[in-house]
Amino acid sequence: MAEPNKDTAKLDKLLATFKGEKAELIPILQRVQQEFGYLSEDAMRRIAHFLKAPEGVVYGVATFYAQFKFVPVGRNIIKVCRGTACYVKGSPRIIEELETALGIKDGGTTPDMEYTLETIACFGSCALAPVVVLNDQVYGRMTPDKAKKLIGKK
Amino acid sequence: MNFQETRQRAAAAWQAMQKSKKPRILLGTGTCGVAAGAENILKILRQELEKNNVEADITQVGCIGLCYAEPLAEIIKPGRPSVFYGNLTPEKTADIVRDYVAGDNPRPDLAIGTRGEGTIEGIPRLFDLPVLKPQQRIVLRNCGNIDPTDIDQYIANGGYDGLLKALKMKQQEIIDEIKKSGLRGRGGAGFATGMKWQFCHDAPGSPKYIICNADEGDPGAFMNRALLEGDPHCVLEGMLIGAYAIGASEGYIYVRAEYPLAIRRLNTALEQMGKYGLLGKNILGSGFNFVIHIKEGAGAFVCGEETAMMASIEGNRGLPRPRPPFPANSGLWGKPTNINNVETWAHASAIMQKGSGWWAGYGTEKSRGTKTFSLVGKVNRTGLIEIPLGIKLREVIEGIGGGILGGKKFKAVQTGGPSGGCLPAGFLDSPIDYESLAAAGSIVGSGGMVVMDENNCMVDVARYFLTFTQLESCGKCIPCRWGTKQMLDILNDITQGKGKKGDIELLLELGASVKDASLCALGGTAPNPVLTTIRYFKDEYEAHINEKRCPAGICKALLTYYIDKDRCAGCGICARACPYGAIKGGKRLVHVIDQEKCAKCGTCLEVCPEKFKAVKKVSGEPFSAPKEPIPVSGGKP
Repeated sequence: MAEPNKDTAKLDKLLATFKGEKAELIPILQRVQQEFGYLSEDAMRRIAHFLKAPEGVVYGVATFYAQFKFVPVGRNIIKVCRGTACYVKGSPRIIEELETALGIKDGGTTPDMEYTLETIACFGSCALAPVVVLNDQVYGRMTPDKAKKLIGKK
Repeated sequence: MNFQETRQRAAAAWQAMQKSKKPRILLGTGTCGVAAGAENILKILRQELEKNNVEADITQVGCIGLCYAEPLAEIIKPGRPSVFYGNLTPEKTADIVRDYVAGDNPRPDLAIGTRGEGTIEGIPRLFDLPVLKPQQRIVLRNCGNIDPTDIDQYIANGGYDGLLKALKMKQQEIIDEIKKSGLRGRGGAGFATGMKWQFCHDAPGSPKYIICNADEGDPGAFMNRALLEGDPHCVLEGMLIGAYAIGASEGYIYVRAEYPLAIRRLNTALEQMGKYGLLGKNILGSGFNFVIHIKEGAGAFVCGEETAMMASIEGNRGLPRPRPPFPANSGLWGKPTNINNVETWAHASAIMQKGSGWWAGYGTEKSRGTKTFSLVGKVNRTGLIEIPLGIKLREVIEGIGGGILGGKKFKAVQTGGPSGGCLPAGFLDSPIDYESLAAAGSIVGSGGMVVMDENNCMVDVARYFLTFTQLESCGKCIPCRWGTKQMLDILNDITQGKGKKGDIELLLELGASVKDASLCALGGTAPNPVLTTIRYFKDEYEAHINEKRCPAGICKALLTYYIDKDRCAGCGICARACPYGAIKGGKRLVHVIDQEKCAKCGTCLEVCPEKFKAVKKVSGEPFSAPKEPIPVSGGKP
């Protein structure tokens, strides 16, 4: 478990790099998520306090955008593209296969916190469809088998 | 150092590099190249150079657009044209380094084409190949040629000449030049860029802002990503020119967080511009002040809509608002704001560099210039292409794309992403321009072009797009929020075999209402994929609804897999592979699929050895298969 006091200090240090303007809300949320992997209730409260904005506004903005997560994620994040090119070239089969192999659904995390499975609207690597991204490394021309090997070898 | 000296120094360095005795290797390391394994090839290249004891300069460049051939390298040796090698593997790379970089054999058997003066026996000229011949590279002129992290290479190739020219002109003269070119917005709507600049220029108020829309959210499109990765300065130069013409002092680039490499390249480029006095106060001594900020999107398709994008930059939920007031009068923080797409800004710099007359020489009367498209889906040669507007769809799909994968039959081409439509074979001879595509029920859009073959179900494709728009609908206005939901429910029913008589008519009626009554373009165009597929592929809808049959064999609920008792050899491969344990059998027994357990994933069909081809997929057709495993009778190839 994370140590709350240590996290709070880290968060405050991070917030101190911003000016405290309303326009910084999304960049702040992005930085906080980058640091902690997700946005905890406590973090959002502190962000609201820092920006002198209602907590509801921070929560409202955070939940509007697909990028933000509100529960901890796994050590490895595997993302499957569901863009048009990937879709017509068989990404649904890859998603299915990974869901079965990991025993979780899209958006879920394995109980051992090893993998989080996500689907993304489009990575923009359409010419190499279907595409899978494991921890920011992009893999093109995937098949269900190759995708399974990707999680097997880690 | 003043800018003239910088230019001379950059040009001299470029010349010296061209004349260098040392071989040069240009390796494509854009996102596509990396996805295809370019980073590994880079490592191998370095190893092989060392092993062969030969020196060469390796430059990492952006995408030249031949994505199907990634990883891709260009090898330049003095005194002869450069040679392109594609689909590089570690073995191929080792061969090429040994035989051509170290040796003198250009290996025509491995090469794709040559570029530059002269010829090499046995290797065609790259730009004579069918994939490049119909193309005209204006915004992609530098992609794949220059190192995108080196501003000097951009400057040596005419970069920032357009800005220099603009800074000597009056604001109105620049706007007139853009108007004369006939440039229309490349983000989708096709509004006249010069007019847009004029509105913002004329609007009272200060400061004024400009925004570069790099929130390329259309699934199936990556033109803007490739351009930002391969030549960020051509976009930034366009922004500087536009800002000067309009009188803006601050600019924003709203770029998707899913494009980390593009963001890195932009940051590098901005840093270099600052050093050269191309940003900040008194740019190049002209008295013009301008700064650029990068805003990372957070994953909301609706933010591609200009009013939603501005809300997002201000730190709010990305909700669109009614227009008027238009952003030109009341935009970011209520100030006059001009938003253009990445490619539009890049065209603006090209127009100022080489003149509106030259630029307008491409394209058609009403759709001037060139347009980039990402040609993807079921074609042989996928890639990033740039064509003069007005050429036929057939020239793109059959010529540049090299026809349909695996010799299958063409069914449709989808343009404009979730806002566009699916056009059937009958439109292959229609020109690609704003008017023709609109008349056909689609749009040019930002440039996604997804080709589909006979194995794609058009009802399923419509359902796919509606799933996307329904998910991305921001929820502000009811027609979009509920209309797309209702349409999606009906499409889900149809693809699950629960379609009813009257569904098609209901979809048409709902689609018309959603289009008319939605607040922004997301809802206003969301029904397009449904309406065009009904218009051109009604028989597929009817088959799903009336016969509970999916002609393309895609909609799972309407499929049945069975094993042909006359072909099964009882090898057991399918039973072992089935993820659901739905196949019963045994040695030399005809295997049987338990229809109750079968999830219709198709694994058995994929693994059944080619010589048996015993697994069959049917939709709505009668078939007979034993209920329990029986001894095999067939199984012979």
